Amino acid sequence: MTTDMTLDAPRTPHARTKRGINWEKWGWIYMRVSGVLLVVLIFGHLFVNLMVGEGINRIDFAFVAGKLADPFWIVYDLLLLWLALIHGTNGMRTIVNDYVANARVRRILHIALLASTAVLLVLGTLVLTTFDPCPAGADPELVASFCEDIL
Amino acid sequence: MPAKATGAGASSSSATIEVPAPRRSVIPGGTLYRGNEGMWSWVLHRITGIAIYFFLLVHILDTALIRVSPEAYNIVIGAYKTPIMGLGELALVGAIGFHALNGLRIILVDFWGVGTRHHKAMFYGVLGVWLVLMIGFTPRHLMHVFGG
Repeated sequence: MTTDMTLDAPRTPHARTKRGINWEKWGWIYMRVSGVLLVVLIFGHLFVNLMVGEGINRIDFAFVAGKLADPFWIVYDLLLLWLALIHGTNGMRTIVNDYVANARVRRILHIALLASTAVLLVLGTLVLTTFDPCPAGADPELVASFCEDIL
Repeated sequence: MPAKATGAGASSSSATIEVPAPRRSVIPGGTLYRGNEGMWSWVLHRITGIAIYFFLLVHILDTALIRVSPEAYNIVIGAYKTPIMGLGELALVGAIGFHALNGLRIILVDFWGVGTRHHKAMFYGVLGVWLVLMIGFTPRHLMHVFGG
């Protein structure tokens, strides 16, 4: 920190102090672009899983496997995973920046946010891309009906 | 604020401009940014955002159990079908609905030419659309949870 600070005259044009990518700007844009997409994707997700048919009572392994046997839902859920988790993490980062005054604590929380997000993105992506709707040796009562031909 | 003479360049002329003193009833207590629709939409956006974030963490983990075994997934998803969790899902959907609609309002404030002028009206629009969505969702979900 320098001690001889000077104040610009009012209405002095904003001077660009740093070169390179303005990450805060792109974060701001990301929140709005992903937000619009998430409104559509999450409303669809909630409608299909909670409103249609018997709603939440219908959800079990066979139901999820039936959905994820279709590449459409794999792409849909991958988009949900990446857009929502990064949107949420960036929002939490904003909140941490607003309320955590201690630089060390702030850094720890930023690292925790980044680490948990990275782990969950890898985990979720692996689950969605390597999922087998009809796992070998599974109880036939618990898997989707179309597994009969395979198991 | 009723003051009209604060625009850029308004002070360039030599004419004296009378700025009326704000009425006592509109002077905020302690801070300029307190109360009213702008603050409450902001507060609700933060609270719902944090709640949805922590649910998302749990939800990614519980869904990952489909890769473990059908039994493991069914046991955990069974916990979502209890009455208490059913009410929690109602609160979650309510939080998501508000966060989504208010997020669209924020985008309109940012990008729509007259968005800032209508931000209060849009907040009541958000509450109205939210109410309609919840009236559509709540009875159906409660019937699923409590059977009916």
